[in-house]
Amino acid sequence: MVIAVPPHTTSNAARPKKFEEEELLLTGSEAIAHALRLADVDIVGAYPIRPYDAVMQAVAAMIADGKMDCEYIVAEGEHSQFELVKHASAVGARSFVGSSGVGWFYAFEAIAVTAGLRLPVVANVGNRALDDPGAFGVEHNDALAVRDLGWLMTWVETGQEAFDAAVIAYKVAEDPRVMLPCAVSTDGAFLTHSQHLVKIPPREVVEQFLPKYDLGDRLFHPDNPITIAPQVDQDWLTEIRKQNDAAMRRAPDVIREAYREYYELTGRQREPFVEEYMTDDADYVLVGQGTIAMPGRVIVRRLREQGHKVGFARLKWFRPFPADEVVERLGRFKGVGIIDRDYSFGSPHHGGVLFTEFRAAFYDSPKRPAMINIIGGLGGREFTAADGQEMFNLLQQATAGELKTNVHWIGVRE
Amino acid sequence: MGAPTASGTASPHQNGTATTSASWSVEVVYRGIFQKRLANRISRGVVLGARKEGKVGTAFARYGDSPERNGIPAKNFAVVATDEVQLESSLARYEPESVDVSIVVDDTMCKGVESWAWYGVQPINKLVVPGGSLVVTSDKQPDELLRAVKVKPYAYNLVVVPSPVHAGVFAPEGSASFAGLWVDNDDNTDFKCLVAVARVAPQILTLDSVLDIVRERTNDEARVEAARAIYDQIKIRHVEPGEGSTVDHEEYQKPGWTQMREGIVVEAMQVGTRNPLYKKWSTRTRRPLVNFDTCIKCTQCWLQCPDECFEVTPEGTYEVVYEACIGCSICEEVCPVPDCITMVNELAFDNNDNLYPMYASDPEGYRRFLQQHGIALHPELIDKAKKTPAVHQQPDYPSKKQKQPVVTGGEE
Repeated sequence: MVIAVPPHTTSNAARPKKFEEEELLLTGSEAIAHALRLADVDIVGAYPIRPYDAVMQAVAAMIADGKMDCEYIVAEGEHSQFELVKHASAVGARSFVGSSGVGWFYAFEAIAVTAGLRLPVVANVGNRALDDPGAFGVEHNDALAVRDLGWLMTWVETGQEAFDAAVIAYKVAEDPRVMLPCAVSTDGAFLTHSQHLVKIPPREVVEQFLPKYDLGDRLFHPDNPITIAPQVDQDWLTEIRKQNDAAMRRAPDVIREAYREYYELTGRQREPFVEEYMTDDADYVLVGQGTIAMPGRVIVRRLREQGHKVGFARLKWFRPFPADEVVERLGRFKGVGIIDRDYSFGSPHHGGVLFTEFRAAFYDSPKRPAMINIIGGLGGREFTAADGQEMFNLLQQATAGELKTNVHWIGVRE
Repeated sequence: MGAPTASGTASPHQNGTATTSASWSVEVVYRGIFQKRLANRISRGVVLGARKEGKVGTAFARYGDSPERNGIPAKNFAVVATDEVQLESSLARYEPESVDVSIVVDDTMCKGVESWAWYGVQPINKLVVPGGSLVVTSDKQPDELLRAVKVKPYAYNLVVVPSPVHAGVFAPEGSASFAGLWVDNDDNTDFKCLVAVARVAPQILTLDSVLDIVRERTNDEARVEAARAIYDQIKIRHVEPGEGSTVDHEEYQKPGWTQMREGIVVEAMQVGTRNPLYKKWSTRTRRPLVNFDTCIKCTQCWLQCPDECFEVTPEGTYEVVYEACIGCSICEEVCPVPDCITMVNELAFDNNDNLYPMYASDPEGYRRFLQQHGIALHPELIDKAKKTPAVHQQPDYPSKKQKQPVVTGGEE
């Protein structure tokens, strides 16, 4: 039987691994729990909120079954939850925490400080629309809200990538050149609660990949007389922020290295920043992050069948925003449609967050494709084939200079 | 969620036929919370069984159904494909557009299902493709189920997964819920459903793959053989286009953003009225029958019903509004008169009409009707009951709306 493997799925054929992997049927959330198990996380701060809470449930089950050994603390709310893992990280514990939607917001103070203190906590954000109104479906505004604060941010697409990225997240976050927290975002429902076939490497492989978490002389310990985060004034804050800026500027290289090493080991995650699909001869490209890539590729195949030269590019890391890659890769197309599964009311042209960032990235570039914004999929609304057709039509029209506006909401009931 | 099950790489169970690129979907319609584990085991079993044949797949619950509520219908899905490209069309979706097999693990849902995840009542076979199969766990015969199942304009198959009748507190003889409404009984229901899939849709997974799953999960050859035996016992009933129930249910039209009120405001129900669209009756596996002869008008059922399903009859007794009743059986619990309120199998009824009119026009007929449901009539209690004073009057009967009854005796 021939199994057609689309180009975006890295196969193991070209890189024979030296080890066997166990294949399990897991939700994206469970895949992350397995990553935490193999990364030998020391402490998990837990507080339930749908849809990330599938991770904490899976971790709790593993601990109860004796498969995982770590501190598991259920806080009384997300604020305490995120505070406690921040402090645990400061005393040298490899920490994990997670939340969704307004739960993530409840921890905002701790989230800001975690980055400020340069603590490599790894968090899962099970992306969920912000209440009110209550909706469990995916929107990206929860995670995106912290984009200025110094967190590394990645969006994953499949259960496999959720596993791989969670492992890589520790590698990058804990690298002495970086030492920044990392948010791994998983789309609510479509990834958090959807079971995919996931390959899990043996523990030794992950242990080999991940050095021990070492805070060096920043370890908060009685034998190391330091004070963390004393009160400051205008004399100090600029320099503190500058250090954070420098760390974030060093992150892209560290990310590239980590992905290269992971790819050598497992044959997966060859692409660190931008994953392209059917873009070789494309005139037009649709761009998005997270599980939008799944209907995105389906849409691209349908458009290709109609003879259109169109591809899909998935952005994997949002912070640091890979501006160089983005400009180099996307600059060669005639028209680019940036899909935002988020909103940014009142922003320039009333566009979404990604649109605004992509435009900023391209401002100085001599090669600037026509660029439109598609806002859709809010609250977890699916992207349909009809949506795909509409997106493409708009992109074509925009590229031909026929459109007056460049920000379009699709799938809206009028 | 269940523990992840290790599955090996492609096994010797290749079916040997050259396969073109294709995908297939299976849904499990179940009663929320009670049957959650059962549904999860079935959908995962489909994917993991097909995996043994080299197929890929995904399994997921219908996201909008959660958080689940006791007994409210919910769905679980498995999509299996020959390759990742085929599978991709089914990813990042809430439910498949259609299914090859629909597995219903509580037969009372054949009347139609209303859930958190969608609006209004939907036919149980809504997603079944032409030539596809509806698999129902039941102790009833296919013809009896077809009285409740909505007609389709094309032919499909109905398979009843046979069950022994469970006697006991929650599933008395002859009642619904073969698979056990209360916990995962581990009574092989999941395996029987997988075997049924192999029988009607071997292109999804074969019997051998199912038996491998049974073996892996139970390590018990006796159960493997029991599953194999079911395969031969399964009878496939061909259903003609137009065969089934013709009852229609209102469909809800969603408004556009310009028609909706601002500030996330929605209209609420006025006091004394019932929601015209969301009825809740499809949560029910049993319904309460009232013996109007022996009711002493104590008002407890009316008072304790969590959904205010009782209305006052002209005699001051109380009757059930079956459109609203979810079958929680609190009324049966609180009624002080022996066998005055009795929960009976929901599948025996074709509609949600109030029953007092039947009693009013033909009391003897109504008494026989109660007896047919195995309810003792207690004639010795009737005299005293008829002499009890009414607490409420319903001046406007039959009321078109749920009206607040007038308390007799005025201010006292």
